[in-house]
Amino acid sequence: MKPAAFEYHRVFDAVEAVQLLEELGDEAKILAGGQSLTPMMNFRLARPTALIDINHCDSLDFIHRDDDVLTIGALTRHRTVEMSTGTKFRDGYEVLPLAAPHIGHYPIRTRGTFGGSIAHSDPSAEWCVLARLLDATIVLLGPDGKREVPAAEWFTGFLTTAIADAEIVLEVRFAQPRQHAALAEFAQRQGDFAIASAAVAYDIVDGVCANTAVVLGAVASEPFRIAELDQIADGLEPTPDTWRKVAAAAPEYISPADDLHGDSDYRRRLAKTMIERAFNDAASEKES
Amino acid sequence: MTANTAPFTWVGQPRERHEDARMVRGRGQFTDDVARVGALHLAFVRSPIAAGRILSIDTSDALRIDGVRAVLTAVDLGETELTAVLERDGFVPTSMPMLAFDHVRYVGEPIAVIAATDAYAAEDGAEHVFVDIEPLEPITTIDDAAHHRNIHEAATQGTLVDLQMFEHPEVESLLNGAHLTLDEVFTAARLNAAPMECRATLAEIDERSGQLVLHTSTQVPHQVRSGIAQALGMAENAIRVIAPDVGGGFGLKCVVGREEVLTAAVARHLGQTVRWSEDRRDSLMASFSGHEQRYGVRAGFTEHGVLVGIAVDVECDIGAYSAYPFTCGVEPLMACTELPGVYKVGAYSARGRGYATNKAPTAPYRGVSRPQIVLVMERLMEKAATALNIDPIEIRRRNLIAPTDFPYTGPNLITYEPGSYLESLDRCDAEIDRLGWRTRTAPGFRYGLGICCFSERSAYGTTTMGARKMGMTPGYDVSHITMDPTGSVTVTTGTCGHGQGHETTFAQIVADELGIDPADVRLRQGDTDISSYGWGTFASRSLVIGGGAALDAAGKLAESLKIVAAAVLEANPEDVRLADGQAWVDQVSVPISELARKVHFSAHEIPDVPFRLLEARGQADPDGCFSNATHAALVRVDEGTGEAHVLDYIVVEDCGVVVNPLIVDGQVRGGVAQGIGAALYERLSYDEDGQPQSATFMDYLVPTACEIPDLHIFHLETPNEASKIGAKGMGEGGAIGAPTAVLNAVNDALGSDFDMLPVLPSHILAMLATEERT
Repeated sequence: MKPAAFEYHRVFDAVEAVQLLEELGDEAKILAGGQSLTPMMNFRLARPTALIDINHCDSLDFIHRDDDVLTIGALTRHRTVEMSTGTKFRDGYEVLPLAAPHIGHYPIRTRGTFGGSIAHSDPSAEWCVLARLLDATIVLLGPDGKREVPAAEWFTGFLTTAIADAEIVLEVRFAQPRQHAALAEFAQRQGDFAIASAAVAYDIVDGVCANTAVVLGAVASEPFRIAELDQIADGLEPTPDTWRKVAAAAPEYISPADDLHGDSDYRRRLAKTMIERAFNDAASEKES
Repeated sequence: MTANTAPFTWVGQPRERHEDARMVRGRGQFTDDVARVGALHLAFVRSPIAAGRILSIDTSDALRIDGVRAVLTAVDLGETELTAVLERDGFVPTSMPMLAFDHVRYVGEPIAVIAATDAYAAEDGAEHVFVDIEPLEPITTIDDAAHHRNIHEAATQGTLVDLQMFEHPEVESLLNGAHLTLDEVFTAARLNAAPMECRATLAEIDERSGQLVLHTSTQVPHQVRSGIAQALGMAENAIRVIAPDVGGGFGLKCVVGREEVLTAAVARHLGQTVRWSEDRRDSLMASFSGHEQRYGVRAGFTEHGVLVGIAVDVECDIGAYSAYPFTCGVEPLMACTELPGVYKVGAYSARGRGYATNKAPTAPYRGVSRPQIVLVMERLMEKAATALNIDPIEIRRRNLIAPTDFPYTGPNLITYEPGSYLESLDRCDAEIDRLGWRTRTAPGFRYGLGICCFSERSAYGTTTMGARKMGMTPGYDVSHITMDPTGSVTVTTGTCGHGQGHETTFAQIVADELGIDPADVRLRQGDTDISSYGWGTFASRSLVIGGGAALDAAGKLAESLKIVAAAVLEANPEDVRLADGQAWVDQVSVPISELARKVHFSAHEIPDVPFRLLEARGQADPDGCFSNATHAALVRVDEGTGEAHVLDYIVVEDCGVVVNPLIVDGQVRGGVAQGIGAALYERLSYDEDGQPQSATFMDYLVPTACEIPDLHIFHLETPNEASKIGAKGMGEGGAIGAPTAVLNAVNDALGSDFDMLPVLPSHILAMLATEERT
């Protein structure tokens, strides 16, 4: 469990990182928190020829809120989001800090970064699921300047994204705060990768659910939004009955792979439970 | 404290562990902390497939890698192997080669070794050795082994050991005629001990002594020395094995690892210091595992729930090789011999088999078959209770060996000395009520409580071990004690603590015998040049056997001190009493340190006292003894996820005299944690090609602090009559009782009948889904 040899480069801003990526080619990798990349390197499943360390790019470490728009810099640590007690996540983005404790363990959260998680795009990753749920925009910097990709187009398969050569994630922008949103997940042990997770969001318009979104994590190759489920809830009252109805419809839309921690049937049933729990949490969160 | 107060003893005190001061500060000295400038790092080329014939090995590319100093195969190191032997019909001796040279038999089997200037270059080198292997059909289950290919030519129907250990002539007719006959199958998954410190070895040549010196993370330094001497054809005095601080073993380190032998062989071959440090992937994939067993059981009960007989067929998946020195017989023999446990079972028949499969070899792992035989007995009790409509605690009462039965000789020919079997069950029952476990409810959850009664045979001496008929019989231990001119004492032992706090407990025992402070007692262990040949630390033997030998030695030293004191105080030795650092005759005393000074520095003043009086040698070799306990688990099952969470846990245990309650409780807690792992989380999986599926801690789930409740621990005390200390071994009980206590609780919560370990959320949710449909 020792990595193959690699070059190490330290950069101090995103422009420098992009220049190096261009220069070193696609065998070079960005090193942010390193919580996924370095274990993969130790197993020699990843063998980058060079690492470009962005941990000193202070300008990428920020959380900014401007009215409805929340922007999270790529180098923001999970723990920073988790511990944000001010107003930045209020009025529509509370789900982000509330979901953060699900990410790994404390040491992992103090190192791992928001942008790193989005770039790595593990289908069980909390930030990926929430980016998809809240229709975030991923802002990239490349040789030709900035580019924006909506979350719906970002995830293109297992651990793959729409990122282009020599691009890096600059920030993730959320522009649609939600009245109710929550994420629920299950793993056998606290801190493990979810076996199934669900994030839900809805608004209440004239006493009934509107703009409902249901995104499942860990049960497909990427965060998985099921439009049919959204439509079941819209127009219904926000009650436990509604949540049960949505959850009960979910299993037919997914066919997760068998894995060591649960076969396909199990994960399908689990997804149903997670949807119902996420809705219940989303409903009670605002009451309390 | 004065000499006239009621007798104070250090034994029984919750003395803080001497070891902890260095451990909690990160100042322990583990094998990997042994610094040697210029040592070469080893990496092993391991088989990528489960079964095959080696056609060729090409090392030429690896030799061109920067930093690689040597690439060695069995051709270079000699086709060395270790053979573990049971002298029994029904046992097939097979050899474990140190480097595979003709066949590979599991994924991870070492084929070649790289020595390089750093660990990175060593792994680079390992990647560049090309091994051409002709694949063979992988044998990955007991049924494969029984019906397909023998992975060792000498095996018969897949078995390397097949013993009809007990055969009651009437068991079949008794079972057929019983009021209730149960016909059941129980299974337990393959586990890895997962010690915090993986294995590690450093080997060097000591030019002054001419010895090959090993620093290695082991429980059994002398057996490592014997194994290396055998494998490399050396005299044992040419080898010194040192176990520095060892970060847990649990049995995985009580056998000799081929990597340990190979590290020694490479150091000798190259004439250079070399080191090897196992990583977690190799440890999970290619060290030793255990506990994968299947039991076919027939049991008969009367209408009152009394057992009339048991016939059991024990099948163990022993992996690819028989480990040295314990052999692959360790699990089937233990299971057959001790299955009846705390119960009177009536007629008893037992057959035990060990099947060789293309998986990592097995070694003893904490509990050795006891967690599984307890699974059998305790599930039988639950099933019979349900079938006969008897309370599950009551049915146990009716079958437990009662106080009036002791000494009790069972159909397994073991004689059980007194224990508190019924009392511990009753106490546990009372605690359950006190804690209000029986009244828990919450919507969306189901609560269940599980009980488990068991005993733990410990401190196996040579008589008991001899019955196994191993080629080398463990059991005794020897201790040397010496008092220096300041009156402080150094004790050696052949046991080898690796987390059990022996430096603390042995000092308590010795201090009481000599009337000195435990702080003045230093224990030296884990070094074959320091202690007499001994058997290390496993099978809950050390406190009773190693501690017993130390006590024996201390007793002799005490007698000597009395002779010196008598000379100084002009009294009879038999009138001298040692207490509080003084030798007393009535109210007159002399400091023990003064006696020590006098013997060493002023011997001329006591001319009648023999020289070299202040040292002694002691030994112990007991028959073995039984601790016992009742465990109870409270489990909450989440109906939406199938998660079973252990909310609360009770242990009522009896290990005789408790030498140090902090340490005993720590052993209980650690054992229960591992048992909860075995019940709900841990499972080494292989796919049908024999590829390990759980080679990381993301896939092999060891419970963390979040999954383990605080424990309620209660002690009963039935002293060990055969030992002056009065203590019984208790290192494994937590891990023996917990799996089934938790499983019984899950079954109680769900009204289910799971008979396997572990039971996972997926099993539980599938069962609940079936319930919904019906």
